[in-house]
Amino acid sequence: MEQHQHVVIILPHPDDESFGCSGTTLKFREQGIPVTYLCGTLGEMGRNMGSPPFATRESLPEIRKQELLAACKVLDMDVQMLGYRDKTLEFEDTQQVATHLKSILDELRPSLVITFYPGYAVHPDHDAMGAAAIEAVRMYPAEQRPELWAKAITHDRRDVLGEPDIMYDVEAYFEKKMKAIEAHRSQAEGMLSQFRESPQLKQLNQEAQKHLRYEEFYKWTF
Amino acid sequence: MELIQKEEVQKVLERFLNKDVYVHLETTNGAYASHFNSQASNVGAFIRNVQIRYKQVKIIGSTSFRVGLKMDAGWMYAEGLTHWELDEHHRLLLAGHDAEGRLMVACEISETPFK
Ligand SMILES: [Zn+2]
Repeated sequence: MEQHQHVVIILPHPDDESFGCSGTTLKFREQGIPVTYLCGTLGEMGRNMGSPPFATRESLPEIRKQELLAACKVLDMDVQMLGYRDKTLEFEDTQQVATHLKSILDELRPSLVITFYPGYAVHPDHDAMGAAAIEAVRMYPAEQRPELWAKAITHDRRDVLGEPDIMYDVEAYFEKKMKAIEAHRSQAEGMLSQFRESPQLKQLNQEAQKHLRYEEFYKWTF
Repeated sequence: MELIQKEEVQKVLERFLNKDVYVHLETTNGAYASHFNSQASNVGAFIRNVQIRYKQVKIIGSTSFRVGLKMDAGWMYAEGLTHWELDEHHRLLLAGHDAEGRLMVACEISETPFK
């Protein structure tokens, strides 16, 4: 793993960081590299309310905020909440969001930014957050620009984008990664059970294991 | 939230009659529906903090309920409601959940704007 000074993760939902790049985060933290998560929304429109319900549409944001703080504690990383609203990110002005992100990056001065790969990230908020993050990084002159890794999660990613440039086997951090995922108690079980039931992912246990064990990224070229 | 008690919810719905109220109305099958099942489509709509004033209201159903609010110039309707709560801000929260506890529909009424 290359030496980085500061890593900034830009994703829209509480739990994206745990499912998507918590092993990578733990690896960086082990090397003493600071990691900051810029979390776009509070996942206000999440659907998992429990059975019987423990959350309502109105109480969910606070619950997810606490879960996010707990997960970031497990991952030993800083977090800033950006205050956008779940499901509306793609309707914000991309340049405006990019400028907002840039103002935070100016302070944090990361050497690496991790975000979603626009168009290959399944959820519209994922695509929109990725697009804005890439625009923010693009604003830097080439010699000051941090490296950018994009995370693709569509089923067709390899067919279209080819093999990822970076693939970490995070087995050594798996236990902590699952702890971070489980910190998102309100959403994790629903998400994991969807994995288990999906006809798309029949050999799921295997497939989910693989999906969670290997964290892959494409290096963005500007 | 608790399972809907029709008579009680009807009473609460009537408290908001002929008042300017804020509503949150939503239906969704989740942003991952088609990711996890290629046969499915993602379907959803929501509207939040829109002010309405209704003059007539009914909740109908037995295990899953429908609510219809009649306004001077229109209607608001929600189907598939299973749970309700009158929260600490005196807001009426109605929601329909599937067997796994996933929200499918929400219909909420408040005299003050939602956050
Ligand atoms: Zn997400």
